[in-house]
Amino acid sequence: MQMSRIVRTTADIAFPFILVYGFYIIIHGHLTPGGGFQGGAILASAMLLLLLAYRYHESIRHVRKTMMKTLESGGLLLFAFTALSAMALGAGYFYNWLSPGGVLFGDIVEVGSALANLNTAGLIPIMNLAVGIEVVGAVSVILLALLSGIKEKI
Amino acid sequence: MIEMILHLVILSGIVISAGLVFALRDLVSAAIAFATFSFLLAIEFYILQAPDVALAEAAIGAGLSTAALMIAIRGTVRSEGDGI
Repeated sequence: MQMSRIVRTTADIAFPFILVYGFYIIIHGHLTPGGGFQGGAILASAMLLLLLAYRYHESIRHVRKTMMKTLESGGLLLFAFTALSAMALGAGYFYNWLSPGGVLFGDIVEVGSALANLNTAGLIPIMNLAVGIEVVGAVSVILLALLSGIKEKI
Repeated sequence: MIEMILHLVILSGIVISAGLVFALRDLVSAAIAFATFSFLLAIEFYILQAPDVALAEAAIGAGLSTAALMIAIRGTVRSEGDGI
């Protein structure tokens, strides 16, 4: 069974916007509501849209299981190595060594400023990004495993 | 006052949709009722000023878990109680 042309076209149009929204939620995780997990779930729902709109054999060419496993493992490794990088510099585990005056995300938050500055908070945006990548990989692997188990393929 | 009415409407909708999940025998309808339950719960979280939880509830509850239930129903039987 294949979805109608209306569903497929709507999925094609909505897919990049959902991706941009998910990455926005992830990268603004230290400023606004949301964060790595929520943004990763939104990205995974974009993958789900592709999986449900197209046939199984077509959609697994775009949402590959090996790629999703790699994303999951890569996100976890990025998180762990970000946390360990503080120990390499002689501080404690999870120490936020980028926060005051680092190269990336190193600005100091102005007191009383109403404007949110994205370039702050040190290691926290990097860890949000790691968690987001990990969540989109893990949830997509779960959905692919569910879809591959049924006999009559969608 | 208007906030009170909004709370009343949404909470009664949550109770009604939860009852529908329990009462409906068609599992696809029950999954849709569950999606409605999650969506109303996300709105209630947002009104109670927890937008973080509302985002997670809307993405996980109304999106992904409904799809997982639909895929599981497609792999098994559609209505409750007939056959294995």
